[in-house]
Amino acid sequence: MQLGRVIGTVVATRKVVGLDGVKLLVVQPLTKRGEPKGEVVVAADGVAMAGEGELVYYVSSREAALAMPETFVPVDDAIVGLVDQVDLDEGDLDGSDVDGDADA
Amino acid sequence: MKLGRVSGTVVSTICSPVFRARKLLLCDLVDGAGNPLGGYTIAVDAVGVGVGELVLIIDEGNSARQVVATPDAPIRAVIIGKVDAVDQANSAN
Repeated sequence: MQLGRVIGTVVATRKVVGLDGVKLLVVQPLTKRGEPKGEVVVAADGVAMAGEGELVYYVSSREAALAMPETFVPVDDAIVGLVDQVDLDEGDLDGSDVDGDADA
Repeated sequence: MKLGRVSGTVVSTICSPVFRARKLLLCDLVDGAGNPLGGYTIAVDAVGVGVGELVLIIDEGNSARQVVATPDAPIRAVIIGKVDAVDQANSAN
């Protein structure tokens, strides 16, 4: 699983039947210190509570679909938790820091 | 399987049910000599390790679900061992 920051939402009215009611979010992958790294992904919200600005962790590949209410769905990345805090040996990352400036 | 060095913990209240009451550790991926490879992964601790330790990580869903004994869990990375030593032909460690 990787850390990510929710930076937007995707609205798709017509989609695969199993994805009805599933929230799709734009997630920027982060390094462990909270710096953006790599290409943005669209992740399904597996906890149904993630929102813009939030620090999350997400799972990729086949396991992403298992986070959904209907588990046989075409989903590549899914948010499986909201981060309260990351305790690092060289400085912490705070999940409540919604504006994206990591105070590591 | 991958080698990792535990570098921190992730605290999460709102999460998928499988992560409740399980410890999430942030692990830097390392090579056989313990040098960081640049990446990291957040893994569930199945053995009881702490920060700074060299660990063995599986990053594959079927094995991960078997370890946590939950058939439909959205889980992929699990710490399944604490490494005592790595013997490599062409390295000092």
